[in-house]
Order: sequence, then structure tokens, then C-alpha cells
Amino acid sequence: MAYALQQLINGVSLGMIYGLIAVGYTMVYGIIGMINFAHGDVFMVGAFVSLITALLLGLGSGAAGPGALLLVLLAAMAVTALYGWTVERVAYRPLRGSFRLAPLISAIGMSILLQNYVQVAQGARVKPTGTLVPGGVTLMETDGFAVQFSYVQMLIIVVTLAVLAGFTLLVTRTPMGRAMRACEQDRKMAALLGIDTDRIISLTFVIGAALAAVAGCMYLLRYGVIDFYIGFLAGVKAFTAAVLGGIGSLPGAVLGGLLIGLIETFWSAYFSAQYKDVAAFSILILTLVLMPSGLLGRQEVEKV
Amino acid sequence: MLNRRLLLGAAASGLALPAYAQNRGPIKVACAGPMTGSNAAAGDQMKIGATQAVADLNGRGGVLGRQLALSVEDDACDPRQAVSVANKLAGQRVAVVVGHYCSGSSIPASKVYGEEGVLQISPASTNPDYTDKGGWNTFRVCGRDDQQGQVAGGYIARNMKDKRVAVLHDNSAYGKGLADETKKAMNAAGKQETLYSAYTPGERDYSAIVSRMKQERIEVIYIGGYYTEAGLIIRQAKEQGLNATLIGGDALVTNEFWSITGAAGEGSLMTFSSDPRKRPTAAAVVQRFRARNVDPEGYVLYTYGAMQIWAAAAEKAKTADARKVADALKRQGPWASVLGQTSFTPKGDVTVPDYVFYVWRNGTYAEM
Repeated sequence: MAYALQQLINGVSLGMIYGLIAVGYTMVYGIIGMINFAHGDVFMVGAFVSLITALLLGLGSGAAGPGALLLVLLAAMAVTALYGWTVERVAYRPLRGSFRLAPLISAIGMSILLQNYVQVAQGARVKPTGTLVPGGVTLMETDGFAVQFSYVQMLIIVVTLAVLAGFTLLVTRTPMGRAMRACEQDRKMAALLGIDTDRIISLTFVIGAALAAVAGCMYLLRYGVIDFYIGFLAGVKAFTAAVLGGIGSLPGAVLGGLLIGLIETFWSAYFSAQYKDVAAFSILILTLVLMPSGLLGRQEVEKV
Repeated sequence: MLNRRLLLGAAASGLALPAYAQNRGPIKVACAGPMTGSNAAAGDQMKIGATQAVADLNGRGGVLGRQLALSVEDDACDPRQAVSVANKLAGQRVAVVVGHYCSGSSIPASKVYGEEGVLQISPASTNPDYTDKGGWNTFRVCGRDDQQGQVAGGYIARNMKDKRVAVLHDNSAYGKGLADETKKAMNAAGKQETLYSAYTPGERDYSAIVSRMKQERIEVIYIGGYYTEAGLIIRQAKEQGLNATLIGGDALVTNEFWSITGAAGEGSLMTFSSDPRKRPTAAAVVQRFRARNVDPEGYVLYTYGAMQIWAAAAEKAKTADARKVADALKRQGPWASVLGQTSFTPKGDVTVPDYVFYVWRNGTYAEM
């Protein structure tokens, strides 16, 4: 029981990070119908900006105050959002209206570019930092097994939920959100009704990148070791999460992220850690066979 | 310019170009290892060692009266990239490759070198298959995992008889090979492990496997794997309140390990050859490194020594021809280098490996 609870905590905090990245994939897909393969690398940039800000603030060893952490988070979101905007402007906007595969290939190119750029600028070695948020609480103890809930895991869960709540409000309650939803439903019609669709698409990338930066920052706080390549694996997992939840669906992305995190963790916990990715992807395949549009995805309606 | 014209002319007229080209200009040598990726710190050590060795040899007039030209290649510890690097180097007709680092890279690359007539001396690849299944061209100046595993397994069976031990590996040629050898030696000495499991390298979240070890009340974690993952596992273990001792292999011998673990790495153990920095034969070279503010840790001196040994063998064989040098290496030792006196078995292993335990204390490691 205690063991399962511990694994649940592990799985949820991992799944939250996947979910945050997955939202970025799903948003872009919802609005312009392309998979932004560079999104995982934008997440990596977010982690690096967090690390650089933390070092500039003199953190890196020992505990960091909440003010400093907030500053790190905000700086990461701001700078990474700029990256998101630039990526869209440079790699995708010129190809809008071109054939469907063009922006996809451009996205893969952008992903390689970002990876190599960070590798050249920051070096290829892993970048470690000390534990910035140390400590935690022991929830319960049975048979000598103490369930640890670390402060950083709490922070991840709280920050993720808060950010997602704010983001949901933005999409459902504001004029900007309404414009975004309009673009998602029918971009041409939205443009005819006076919505600046280019601006909305830019904003989508900016928001997606900011969410990825939150994930990057949490990732740094939780694991403390980053390198230029982390975006690839995290990106693949988050993309899987977005597909599992139903690509295009925002709650689906978060649900998918949580599921992937939990499946991986519980598979490692009770079966073999070696095959956890096999387990996660098998469930993805099964889901897609039974529900082709994912768990919460809408059936694509062919317009006549 | 003249050279190029000659080459073009030779190629056009279909002359025996290689034989001609090899006797002119510098001898090409190479160092291949992970210059990028999560093992880049080790690749860096190799690069430093090889660069210094070539500079020192050239300063003394080169080898066979010719200067050496070093090229450094990056395999990122990826077997596929290692093969393409091997093809590239073979195409450049290098006389010797000092490398690779990861056994998973060295083994497939050695096949290419064998076919193309290139000598390979690895300063770091410890998987037995590298020389057991290698051809005429495979050598190493480090030990083998079966020897390393015996030392580690024997130690655990002797000194941690009543502790609960987990054996983990990363499924790589090196990691699984080492973990299995250790397990074998440990079991032979009458000690059974409580948990045996693989983990996926390249990830950051090992909390699931850490919780599992906590559930099994593990007190000793033996890891066959590289320093990034080993560091993350012990760090996350301490965070979850699992106070186990980490024991690893030679891949943990880098200061990067400590920068990942911080205080969580205190007391971690690892097996490695007795520190070459302390050998009297290395004193002068170590001093030269230190004067440049470089600590010749880990594989720096192994790479340096491998290059020196090759140079000595080439001088003795009076040629840079790979097969003749390989023959000399096996038969005409021992070879003097910063590593002391080294002789090779007919397979290409060193005759006297010496694994000892090191322990991490306050950010530095020392022999136990």
C-alpha cells in the first residue's frame, strides 16, 4: 500500500511534466494541424534558460528562496516564449499554405538546429546543479517503508495545476481564447470575421513555449541534470501523451501525460523496468486501435 | 599543392596510391570516443591525452622519423555512429586508432578496422567480447570486465555478506557485461542478490526503480553503467530516503560523477586500475599536464599511454604497417609508457591487470 502510494507520487510528478509539454504539441496541432517536432527542443531551451538564470542569481548550491525560484521560472518563460515566437516566424510562417509536409520537415530541421545550437553554445557535457529545493515530508511509514513526498514533487504538481488552470481560463474565458478557438474550428472563416489569424498562431506558439519552459524549469529542479539532448526523449514521450489523450484536445494532453507517467512508473514498479517503454507504447497502440482519435479527441468530421 | 597534383595523377593513372602516399608526409593517427553526449567528459579525457601524447612524440622527432597527424572523431557512444567514424578513419588510412570509449562502440568499430587494416588500441573498453571476438587488430590497455567483476563481486561477497544487494545495469555492452560478471563472481562466492534489474539509459527519472529498491530494503546498489545514470540513481535514492552504498565500475572515474551527485555521492565505491597518476613512470607527464592546469584523471593517461605504446611498437617493427605493428605488440613487449611496463596476451589484453577499489569522499576519489 505504502509502496503503491510512493509509486503514485513518482508517477504523477513525472506525468505532470509530460503533460505540460504535451499541451504545446496539442495546441499547435489544434490550430494549424501540424506536429511541431521542435517543441521538445524548446522545452530543452527552457531548461537551459532556467539553469542560466539560476546561476546568474547565485543559486546552484543549497536551497533557493521562493522569490528566486519565481524569478527563474518567469525568466525561463519569457526567454523561451521568445524562442517559440521566433521558431514560428522563421520556420513555419513562410511555409504556410505550402504543401502539408513542408512545415513538418521544417520542424525537424528546427529541432536539429536548436539541439546543435545549444550544444555549440553550452557544450556537450551534462550540466548539473545542486538540489535547489531540498527536503520533503514522510507521509506514512509501514513495515519500515517510508513514503517520501519531496517538496519539489509538491511544487511540480502545484505549479503544473496552477499553470494549467490559468491556461484553461485564458482559452475559455478571454476574447483571445475565443479567437484561438475560432481559428481552431475554421481558420478561413475566422479570418473573414476579422481575426488576425497570423497573430493568433504566433500567440499559440508563444504560450506553448512558455508552458514548455515551465516544464523545463520543473525538470531542472527535480532532476538537477540537463544536457542539450533531453528534448528528444521528453518530446517523444510528450508527443505520445498528446496522441494518447487525443491530439487537439487540451485536457486530453494532460490526461495522456499523466497516464504515460503512471504506466511507466507502475510497470517499473511491479514488472521489469526494462520494458516500461514497451508497456507505454503498447497501451498507446491498443488505445489507437480501439479509439482512433485518442481518449478525449473529437472525431474528425469531413466537411462537404 | 604539389601533393595534391601527385595524388590526382596517381589516382588517374591507377597507380598503387596507398603504398606511395603512406611513405610521404605525416603518419595519420586517430583518437575516437564520445566527444558529445552524456559520456562527453570521458571523451574529453581521451582527447586531452591523445593530443598531449602526439605533441610530445612530435616534439621528440616523431615516429620513424615522420611527424604524427592526429584526428579526433566523435562517436557519441552510439554504435552506428562508431561504425561510420570507423569507415571514415579507415578511408583516411590512419595507422592506429586509440579508442573507442564505450564497449558498445569499440566492438562494431573493430570489425571495420580489422577489414581495412587499421590497428585499434582502446584505453577504456572493458567488455571481454572486444578482444575475445576481435580480430588481429584489437588491443586494450585497460582490464576486462570479467577481471573487474571478480574484484567487485568478491568484495561484496566478503565484506557485505549480510547486506541486501541490488544489481542494476543499463543493457549496454559494457554495463550488462560488467553487472553479469560481478553477479557471477558474487554468486560463486555464495552471495545472492536481492534484486537484479535493467534500467533505460538516457532518462532522468529513476524514481520508480529507486522506490522498488526501497521496498526491497536494499543496502548496496551495484551498477553496471555510466556515470550520468549512476549519479542520478544514487541522488534520487538519497532524496527518497534510501541510504544505500553505490558500487560501480571504471565508468564512474570522473569528477563529473560528483558534480551530479553532490553530497549524495559520499562513500560511493568503484573499481578501477590503480591510479596511473601515482606511478613514477608518469611523474614527468603528470607534471606537464598540471602545469597547464589539467588534471590527468580517469582515461587521460590511458590514452596517452596507448599512443606511446603504439609509437614504441612501430619503432621496433620499423614500420607503421598495422599488421606488423600488431605482431610486434604481441611478441616483443614489454612496452614502457606512462602506464609502466605493459605486455599483451595473444588476444590483445594486458597481461597484468590490477583492479583496486576507489572511494568518493568530499568530492574527490582516492584508492581505498
